[in-house]
Amino acid sequence: MSALPSAIEPARLATLDRGYREAVRARRSRAVLIGLAIVLCTMLSAISAEVEPATLFANIGKFTSYIGRIFVLENGQPVWTRPAEWFWGLEDWLSLLLETVLIAYVGTALGTAGAVVLAFFAAANLSPHPVLRAVTRRWLEFCRTFPELVFALIFVIAFGLGPLPGVLAIAIHSMGALGKLFSEVAENIDLKPVEGVAATGASWPVVVRFGALPQVLPNFVSYTLLRFEINVRGASVMGFVGAGGIGQDLIEAIRKFYYADVSAILVLIIVTVALIDFITERVRHRLGDSGAPA
Amino acid sequence: MKDRTALAVGLALVAVLVYGMARLGFFDPRLIDGVGQLGSLFGMMLPPDPGSWDRATIYLKALGETLAIAFLGTLLAAILAFPVGFLAARNVVANRIVHFLSRRSLDTLRGVDVLIWALIWINVVGLGPFAGVLALMTSDLGTFGKLFSEAIEASDRRPVEGVASTGGGRLQRIRFGILPGVLPLMASQVLYYIESNTRSATIIGIVGAGGIGLHLAEQIRTLEFQQVAFIILLVLIAVAAIDWLSTRLRLALIGRGRVARA
Repeated sequence: MSALPSAIEPARLATLDRGYREAVRARRSRAVLIGLAIVLCTMLSAISAEVEPATLFANIGKFTSYIGRIFVLENGQPVWTRPAEWFWGLEDWLSLLLETVLIAYVGTALGTAGAVVLAFFAAANLSPHPVLRAVTRRWLEFCRTFPELVFALIFVIAFGLGPLPGVLAIAIHSMGALGKLFSEVAENIDLKPVEGVAATGASWPVVVRFGALPQVLPNFVSYTLLRFEINVRGASVMGFVGAGGIGQDLIEAIRKFYYADVSAILVLIIVTVALIDFITERVRHRLGDSGAPA
Repeated sequence: MKDRTALAVGLALVAVLVYGMARLGFFDPRLIDGVGQLGSLFGMMLPPDPGSWDRATIYLKALGETLAIAFLGTLLAAILAFPVGFLAARNVVANRIVHFLSRRSLDTLRGVDVLIWALIWINVVGLGPFAGVLALMTSDLGTFGKLFSEAIEASDRRPVEGVASTGGGRLQRIRFGILPGVLPLMASQVLYYIESNTRSATIIGIVGAGGIGLHLAEQIRTLEFQQVAFIILLVLIAVAAIDWLSTRLRLALIGRGRVARA
């Protein structure tokens, strides 16, 4: 019972008390400072982004009425009363959806292939040369900074309208995003197998193939599957800039106010995305990856 | 047996790839022509040049707008997702129907691309950056709701039991048992998304929802490639700066080891 607070001398207790109060005050003032910084940033951003809550609240009815309107057919009936009329373009749309998924698939595959190679050049522990590493990292940064659509806009001019620029745009962006993640995985591997292979006098590609690749492969596969999910979403709007897939029909329906078509195409996209998420999640779980690092 | 399955899966994947490439026009002379075209487009980009001082200021202002859209959209989404995350977490709301419904609605929000949300919000608040803010908010609400609820589900149960053993009610269990553990993680995720939304916000201008994307798309379409290169440089610098800042802040929040995974 000697360890009770009463056993502490009053002078020492006062020091402790003061220290505690100071610590609390420091914490509070830091919290206030962070809060003020956030409020300041918010106000500046609100001015720059022309935020008008009044317009939003005055017109919020338009949001719900738009959502409601797209579920109504030309004759005023709700869409589910006549599914055949709602999905009148099903055959075309399904073929465009297939094209969308293929754009995502081929884009992911090509992007992954590039990322796997570049990741080993960009990884601090495996890179054959520091200059090569710096150049690779800048290149990957450039590739992932711009959304696929920016690349697609430029590629559409070079390659013409159609799915080809869409695929290349997704491949480039995926290469940047995956290359960074892959190089981080590669930087965390056990170097003993690498040194073992290097000790046999093997060349750099052989060292990477037998020393590093087996360790990183499961992570690479998991990240690639996640990227595929993201790319299916991305491919669904490639048509906005003329780069193939279902996006072309969607933006036309939105711009020309074919309300029921908008909901039909959106439903198809959401179902496809959910289906692919479900499948890839299953595959990732089977490969023994429980967490979802993104 | 296992090898044979792996081989079959591998062959199937390659077959789909080849079919896809054929269908999407990879075995077409256009590919090679296009690469040549791309080379000459790249040549037209040099040197980067905004044209005039006026245009440079316009671009800088649009860049600021882009950053503002990213910041506000992410912040609003985080604020809205905060209660939703608890609602969708199995260890807070044990009701299966609530759990299922909240998860599925979050999935739907995420399944629709941010550009589509932008088009819908333009109908409501008109063209301009505000529509972009709302679009980012809507699509990130889905992402944050999912991430937050997963963080809450993965949180340590012991503090909750501790609070419960002192007679703490439901709200007190959340406030003192769960929140201190998950708040830094959530803040880190929000910071990461401000960074990644800066990249996405460069694109919503294409449909008229504000930011630098409008100028970027316009200059690409009118083949003003020196100006395109200038805008690209601006965006690269801005994103690198945000990237640096957010990594710093996240390190301060959750420590070095966890940054890569968050």
